[in-house]
Amino acid sequence: MTLSVQIAQKLDDFALDVAFEVPDGLTVLFGPSGSGKTTVINAVAGLSRPSQGRIEAQGRVLFDASRGVCLPAHRREIGYVFQEGRLFPHMTVRKNLLYGRQLARDRQDEIRFDRVVEMLGLGRHLDRQPVHLSGGEKQRVAIGRALLARPKMILADEPLAALDERRKAEILPYFELLRDEFSLPILYVSHSIAEVARLATTVVALAQGQVSRVGAAAEVLGDPAFTPAGVRAVGAILDARVKAHHADGLTELDAGGVALFLPKLVQPEGQSVRVRMAAHDVMLSREAPKGLSALNIMCGTIAAIRAGEGPGAIVSIDTQAGRVLARITRRSVQAMGLVEGQPIYAVVKSVAVAPEDVGAR
Amino acid sequence: MNGWLGPEEWQAVMLSLKVAFWAVAGALPFGILAAYALARWQFWGREFLNIIIHLPLVLPPVVTGYLLLLSFGTQGAVGQVLQKLGIVVAFHWTGAALAAAIMAFPLFVRAVRLSLEAVDPKLEQAASTLGASGARVFLTVTLPLIAPGILAGAVLAFAKAMGEFGATITFVSNIPGQTRTLPSAVYAFLQVPGGEASAMRLVVVSIIIACGALIVSELLARRVAKRVGRL
Repeated sequence: MTLSVQIAQKLDDFALDVAFEVPDGLTVLFGPSGSGKTTVINAVAGLSRPSQGRIEAQGRVLFDASRGVCLPAHRREIGYVFQEGRLFPHMTVRKNLLYGRQLARDRQDEIRFDRVVEMLGLGRHLDRQPVHLSGGEKQRVAIGRALLARPKMILADEPLAALDERRKAEILPYFELLRDEFSLPILYVSHSIAEVARLATTVVALAQGQVSRVGAAAEVLGDPAFTPAGVRAVGAILDARVKAHHADGLTELDAGGVALFLPKLVQPEGQSVRVRMAAHDVMLSREAPKGLSALNIMCGTIAAIRAGEGPGAIVSIDTQAGRVLARITRRSVQAMGLVEGQPIYAVVKSVAVAPEDVGAR
Repeated sequence: MNGWLGPEEWQAVMLSLKVAFWAVAGALPFGILAAYALARWQFWGREFLNIIIHLPLVLPPVVTGYLLLLSFGTQGAVGQVLQKLGIVVAFHWTGAALAAAIMAFPLFVRAVRLSLEAVDPKLEQAASTLGASGARVFLTVTLPLIAPGILAGAVLAFAKAMGEFGATITFVSNIPGQTRTLPSAVYAFLQVPGGEASAMRLVVVSIIIACGALIVSELLARRVAKRVGRL
């Protein structure tokens, strides 16, 4: 276990009591605002001190209330990417990038300055002042600054929340790079299901200061019982590979032998991608559907049916591509006579597999 | 300028510059510390410290000078300790510098405190997560960001120290070449027949120094606003 957190803290109108252990990779602390996400990440960073508990990262005890241990933030060897960048306004981009690195001269790492500058596309901005950068550029500098500080772990508190959609799409891939190329453990705070779907290897869901769910991303997001962001957010994540780009503007993916068609993706052929299918975009059919406009039809067997409190029900279907979720009405469940173990066809509207829900892996 | 000002006038101007320089240099570290404490720390007696620092601003200068004489004079408690260390401030130019420093202190602390309060503590937090200890955060982030504010405060304090009269004359008297600063000299020239011309020349010098200080201070204040504003 790379990160183990067990902390309790009482504030005026809010009590936090969380415990979780997560492996390497990118862990998303997920939950609505006010659920305690930022309190947890700041406790890991050493910016706030919980009243009780223990925090251990890669075998290092960062905080242990019972033994009176609380490593100050500057000795925790972390790289923290904040929501608002927090670049030093009186330093050039280059000096910002090197700030933490110069303080960690005695630590070795594989991360080279030139490579980070190139990866983040900051070469022509090095001698500029942060005030002249756009929001997305600032956030790229912030990522570089955290990465260059030779951290043992990256922390990020809603690093995309202050950006517009286009900038979000510009910054998101860099976190995938941190996760995949630099193999750094990352603790990432977010309330966006799209970010969770695209980035998370592990999800820690928080609600009202408590951990409501911990697990692998595909498992947690594919669980119909997991509806923290509202029932509309329920959806399955499938691993796929880009098979071909067709002349009519569609990209064909191969998901465990099942062909999926999406509007053209930028990823090259052979690249692994993650696809998210929202449950409300999946219809069910007992027979192989004919004469439908939908391109993506998968056959499978019903693994579970979970009726909600309202008129809806969520049906989990095991397919060759993985587990798919469908949100249909309870009336349809009855009318169709759906039972567990039954073979079924899932019809996915191809437009529903939106580009922002698809990420490179 | 040497030819335009008489030797006595020139002496007063040079002494005033020396006194004001050392007053500001001495007040600088204490002023920054006091401003930092008032802006950032919560401690018992914070309001009391605030009042003590601002007292010279509202107290009649003569009262401040008399209190200085009581404590730092040859018979005063602090004065006697200093005397044993071989330091004399009573009726000495160092005493003039001390009086000027205390009178200028509230102006300086206010300026530094204002610029400190404009610094976003989140930047200091960011620096600490990047591995900077408290002292390093202060030196590499806080201090550069408030530097224009410190300079502006120092310029104001310098002008105030140049003009200090009441506390100085009460504490260290009006000894030519020793404690006769520019305002004391103007006062002295006005007391003797035919001294108006000398007084007038010193008045012109005073106005030039005061205007210069205000302009420099204003320019620096604008710079700090721009600098701290760029986030």
